[in-house]
Amino acid sequence: MKQIQDILVIDDEPMVTRVVTKVCGAEGMTAAAVNHANEALHCLDEGEFRLILCDIMMPELNGFQFLEELSKRGIHTPVVMMTGYSTVENAVKSLTSTGAVDYIPKPFTADELLTVIMRSLRCGMLLNEAESASLPRSGAMSYVPCPANYHRLGYASWALMEDKGTALIGVSDLFLRAAEGIKAFELSLPGEDLLQGIPCTEMTSPDGSIHNIMCPLSGRILEVNTQAQSNPSLVERDPYFRGWLYRILPSNPASDLQWLSL
Amino acid sequence: MLNSKIGLKLTFGVALTILVVIAIFAYFNIQSENRSLLTEVERAAQQYSDHLKADMGYDMLHNDRERIQEDVRRIGRQGTIDGIRVFNKMGEVIYSSESAEIGKMVDIKAATCFRCHLTGKPVKRLQKQEHMRFFRTNPDSSRQLGIINPIYNEPSCWTAACHMHPESQTVLGVLDVTMPLDKVDQNIRRSQVAIIVLAVSAIIILSVIIGFLVRWWIDRPVQDLLKATRQVAGGNLGYRVEVKREDELGMLAKSFNSMTDNLADARLQLFQSDKLASMGRLAAGVAHEINNPLTAVLTNSSFLLKRSQGQPEMREDLQVIVSETIRCREIVKSLLDFARQTVPKKRKADINQIIQRAATVVENQLSMGQVELVMDLDDKLPNVTVDANQIQQVFINLMVNASDAIGEDGGTINVTSRPISLGPAGTLQIKRALCRKRHDLVDRKIQIDGKPAISMRYKKNKETGLIHLNPMYGSNEHKLNGMPGFDKEVELMCPDCSASLIADGEFCPDCGSSIYAFEVPLKGLVQGCLKEGCGWHRWEQVDSSWNDEYVEVRVTDDGCGIPQEQLQKLFEPFSTTKGQKGTGLGLAVTWGIVDNHNGTISVESKLGVGTTFTIRIPVGP
Repeated sequence: MKQIQDILVIDDEPMVTRVVTKVCGAEGMTAAAVNHANEALHCLDEGEFRLILCDIMMPELNGFQFLEELSKRGIHTPVVMMTGYSTVENAVKSLTSTGAVDYIPKPFTADELLTVIMRSLRCGMLLNEAESASLPRSGAMSYVPCPANYHRLGYASWALMEDKGTALIGVSDLFLRAAEGIKAFELSLPGEDLLQGIPCTEMTSPDGSIHNIMCPLSGRILEVNTQAQSNPSLVERDPYFRGWLYRILPSNPASDLQWLSL
Repeated sequence: MLNSKIGLKLTFGVALTILVVIAIFAYFNIQSENRSLLTEVERAAQQYSDHLKADMGYDMLHNDRERIQEDVRRIGRQGTIDGIRVFNKMGEVIYSSESAEIGKMVDIKAATCFRCHLTGKPVKRLQKQEHMRFFRTNPDSSRQLGIINPIYNEPSCWTAACHMHPESQTVLGVLDVTMPLDKVDQNIRRSQVAIIVLAVSAIIILSVIIGFLVRWWIDRPVQDLLKATRQVAGGNLGYRVEVKREDELGMLAKSFNSMTDNLADARLQLFQSDKLASMGRLAAGVAHEINNPLTAVLTNSSFLLKRSQGQPEMREDLQVIVSETIRCREIVKSLLDFARQTVPKKRKADINQIIQRAATVVENQLSMGQVELVMDLDDKLPNVTVDANQIQQVFINLMVNASDAIGEDGGTINVTSRPISLGPAGTLQIKRALCRKRHDLVDRKIQIDGKPAISMRYKKNKETGLIHLNPMYGSNEHKLNGMPGFDKEVELMCPDCSASLIADGEFCPDCGSSIYAFEVPLKGLVQGCLKEGCGWHRWEQVDSSWNDEYVEVRVTDDGCGIPQEQLQKLFEPFSTTKGQKGTGLGLAVTWGIVDNHNGTISVESKLGVGTTFTIRIPVGP
């Protein structure tokens, strides 16, 4: 029987792995740290982990190559990507690559790190439940009872193209469940520009942790769902219809949509 | 000198040509003058000689030798005659104005005989020209003309009573008249001198006139152009040649100016894109290198903060570390954002608070440099929708710059904030303007005060051209530049499709002239009076709903000031005035942030007096 640990941290900077294991340890989680992706593969042979935190820019095997390697080996442990080079491309790729469930740009505070870890652990659990309920597993999306014509950015957010060329943006139910509910939303204002892969709203969950919801499409906000803002439980109850967050005018839908999954 | 100046070369060349032409002309003129004078003299001499011969003929028939000799002597004494001689066939002088010569034999090789006896045997008849001879008795004396008039045997001669000459003789003798040519030669010389003087003065006058014209028409404009090319070669792409004329050199100056404009444009774009590209690389490098150590600091400090409940003193310090590290994170991000021009995260915030926070951050730096920070913040400042971190960065940048400008001698930084109301006039830039067929009139190639102008084509009679409108709506400058005088005939149209831009059936309410109109997408029609000096304009949608509330923050220092030539480039990336000390990014980032907030930033500076930065941010909804 393989030993099960909570977290595997992979980063070529020992300072980073050390502080991440320390924070996890303080929260009562068991964590292992390695400085090479190859070592991590070795660790995964030896034991099991509930979550992997992986840096993107590393020598030899980088974060995305590591994800491919996991996929080849049939390891379904959810992965959170970290990077100090937080470009839109890295963010979007991290959220849409097979095996990755979330993305956290460096540097982060202990709270930000823990929020992402907790949410991703719960997300992994929910995905496992879905698997044990014998639903077919195709990436992270299988659990989500999301309408068919919705474009999704990872498991975090969705976009629906409307007939007039506008698009609705909202948060997925898996994200809401992983975050364990909503207490409040901090929404941007109409007229502001949103960028794909950059947080479009801050969501506070009942335990006070703050979750950034990555925007699925770039564009200008035309309308904000004030009902959702004043009554966050509406989003929880009906995240795909009445619980939309923004109506936007997409600035570059063609290239944005190729990243999203239907 | 001659090699270096085209004007001089041209003048010299033309002068040389004139010299040659006039010299040839003068030469032939002198020749013909000489010839005509001499011909006249020859004719007179011939006539004289013929008269004399006819006169003497009568006396000869009477064989009145005394009388003939007396006549010859008398006539020979006249000033116009040098001497008269008559010799017979044998060469013996029979009569002469010089009595001493009478009876002397003339050598057959002497000039008088030589004409006829050249070939050794006597010649019966001579051509008229051959009767003449020009000679000098000695090299120093003046020229003389000798004319030989043969006395032929005639029936009256052999039938005369004296029976002196037999019938068989052909030539009885020769009348030789010698005339002085000094007067004629004097005349010739005089006319030669006159012609030469005339020629020389013509050459001089023509050369001077041509030199002057060349200088005026060619040399000066060429010098101007040369000066301009040197300036441009030296990097001053703002230099313009004054276009004074419509000739080829004027056109050259015009095309030179437009070439320099294009060059300046291209260079600016190249600079910007180059700078942005290297900034992107720099930002990426910085982001990656700094974010890892920042992770250690931020995670550790926030972790400590979490665990330091009940230790308020430590918490306070840790709070500073955490918030400042987060600020570092935002700076790095804004660096990336600037390279990518992304969007600020805007929330309602109190600008005064942001200023206070910025002041706390720079305080240490200021006190070390003996700089006093004086703040005069208006309590009634409305809250503004901004990205607090970014705006704080703006104030920190400006305060640090001010402190650097003040240097070690100490000084004061004044920071003031106040709410102001600004009309749309002079604050709103028209960034898109559409004709009826939806062509954009904004012409990025033509800039007025650094902003792309609105271009329209005018047509007046047969004249056509482009005129430009300052895109700053409502400012004093919001007027048509280059309008060729307004009247009813002027048509105004889109440069792309020639759709008319004149509003049909509408006239200026102030002066009744025609008005132009174009559309700003989503913001309605902009209209304005065509007549120069009227200045009436209207933008209904903006005029009525304009949000005129702004927060103005001024940061003033009494430091060294910024030279005028650097002011223009101040907000460009990498244009540092601090040498090695700065990165040249601060003000570029500042400008980017303010622009992202739809605000404006301006700077006034006087060397040695100080600098004021003014930031205006719209209060927003």
